[in-house]
Amino acid sequence: MSLPLGLSVERIHAMYQRMLLMRAFDEHAGNARRDNRLRGSVHEYIGQEAIAAGVCAVLTERDYISSYHRGHGHCIAKGADPAAMMLEIYGKAGGVCGGKGGSMHVADFSRGILGANGVVADGVTIAVGAAQAVRLLGEDRIVVAFFGDGALNRGPMLEALNWAKVYDLPILFVCEDNGYSDHTRTPSVTAGPGIVARAEAFGIPADSIDGNDLLAVACSAALLVGEVRAGKGPRFLHATTCRWRGHLALDLGLYRDPQEVAGHAAQDPIARITTWLLGNGVAHSTLDEDATVASARVAAAAAIAEAAPCPGAGELFTDVQDAGAPSWA
Amino acid sequence: MGVMTYAQAARLALHQEMQRDPRVWALGEDIGPEGGVAGQYLDLQREFGRNRIVDTPISESTIMGSAIGAAICGTRPVVELRYADFGLCAADEIVNQAAKARYMLGGQVRVPVVIRQPIGFREGMAAQHSQSTEAWWVHIPGLVVVAPATPADNHALLKAAIRSDDPVIYMEHKELWTSTGEVDAEAAPAALGRAAIRREGRDLTLVTWSGMLGDCLAAADAAQAQGVSIEVIDLRTLWPWDRDTVFDSVARTGRLLVVHQAVKVGGFGAEIAAEVAEHLFRTLRCAPRRLGAPRTPVPYSQPLEALCRVTPAQVASCALAMVAGT
Repeated sequence: MSLPLGLSVERIHAMYQRMLLMRAFDEHAGNARRDNRLRGSVHEYIGQEAIAAGVCAVLTERDYISSYHRGHGHCIAKGADPAAMMLEIYGKAGGVCGGKGGSMHVADFSRGILGANGVVADGVTIAVGAAQAVRLLGEDRIVVAFFGDGALNRGPMLEALNWAKVYDLPILFVCEDNGYSDHTRTPSVTAGPGIVARAEAFGIPADSIDGNDLLAVACSAALLVGEVRAGKGPRFLHATTCRWRGHLALDLGLYRDPQEVAGHAAQDPIARITTWLLGNGVAHSTLDEDATVASARVAAAAAIAEAAPCPGAGELFTDVQDAGAPSWA
Repeated sequence: MGVMTYAQAARLALHQEMQRDPRVWALGEDIGPEGGVAGQYLDLQREFGRNRIVDTPISESTIMGSAIGAAICGTRPVVELRYADFGLCAADEIVNQAAKARYMLGGQVRVPVVIRQPIGFREGMAAQHSQSTEAWWVHIPGLVVVAPATPADNHALLKAAIRSDDPVIYMEHKELWTSTGEVDAEAAPAALGRAAIRREGRDLTLVTWSGMLGDCLAAADAAQAQGVSIEVIDLRTLWPWDRDTVFDSVARTGRLLVVHQAVKVGGFGAEIAAEVAEHLFRTLRCAPRRLGAPRTPVPYSQPLEALCRVTPAQVASCALAMVAGT
């Protein structure tokens, strides 16, 4: 089968493998948090994997992404090492942030990952600044900002949309619309005709797609990223999806309609692309092996992380600041 | 050397740093053709273009957030927030992102951004345009806080702030914009965290900064006429602050008075007084004292605003009482 925009069965297969890794990683992370092997806030990306996979697959290693609190998937999609990520969420030495950031602050600048973020919409303003730096330095990169539907009701998000268009910055906004702002249905707290209309109000061309359909994500992202890369200014991708789990790993989601949750499986982006791959000549045994490889990779990373030492006390005061760094005196 | 205003000195520093380093740029409201509210960006856009002197929408969150993004991606932004009161509109980005990115990302990145937030009273600017919020920022790990009092310092400290790899809260005082003084255009960047003894004295150490320096020097003159010798220390940088210079002075004089325009309660004077009391208690000849504004919003009406100001007469009288032991 021929695919548009330079996509191929092989490339889709590679995206699928990343999705398996994201799924296995967050299955482990969520369970580890519920078992109290992890601390703090862990936000699982389960059910939304097609968006990060499809978008990041059309980026280069040099391109920047910013993410939000549900950020593990974006980091894996952009090429962060799951083993270093696992050490990080376990708070261990050797973590990608030295164990000092944790799940909400996973970042890997060597891969253009400017970081997950614990404040809704803050990663978006950081992303437009990254785009401004790209412009100023005359660099050959673009920026993608991932955020959820809840972010659309924060002032900085609306400021950032205006800003990106005013300066025609090389940025793609990707709204992962899972319908929830933390524990609240987003439509119940949102005025106006919808998310796409908000982007279009600022003159930013937007596309709206089924974010559980990897092919739709990859095609739309390829088109929009191409336009951004061509210097046509900011673009906006609205991808509807499902958040299978609670807002946090410890959130039982009792405010949700059980029927709604039961319907998630039918939307499973991994199952859907599995069907497509099987229909396009990829062998069942290959896909089975992919799943085994992803699970084994996460299990190995977790085993190493659980056994790894925590950062030494000397790390407490490193990287605060140069002038006026802390001391016990 | 040349005589120039405090605003011109800051403009000179930014001009020099932008010439020296193409990664330096500035963003904020009305800094392009308008040249900033005090002329501190005058004609810079004409010289450096609209990509390096960026006129922005009134979007403080994104002014700050985008500066952080640009700082972690290889540039060195100078953020103009006009007044410290508006810095509060960007407080989330400053506190939760700029101050913490280096630490929480495990040292992968630094945030070399200068955040200009002018402080202080200025002729009836009232409650939302007159605040001195320096102590708020000192409380946040990761930030450097600078408050220059003279044109020469507004040149040398701004250069230092721009070259710093830390996020620097840079607090000019609005009433100092038109003050004049000698500025050495070739001066090296000042050392952050180094105070200046502006007047030597034997009987009492008076620590101050920013807009209160002139009034404190006037008070020291008045006290001298009464036979009391006051050492006036201009702190220049609030974090890190120069404990060595202050402690050395207090060890000699045995008395500490801290004067600032900010509200006295919870002001940075409290930190200095507490540190001195903790470390130099046995050498103190009287209790450390502080003078600052009352804990009230800044009123518009002139006589009411005047009641919020610490005056040279109050400073002198407080110092004389401390020395007299009354």
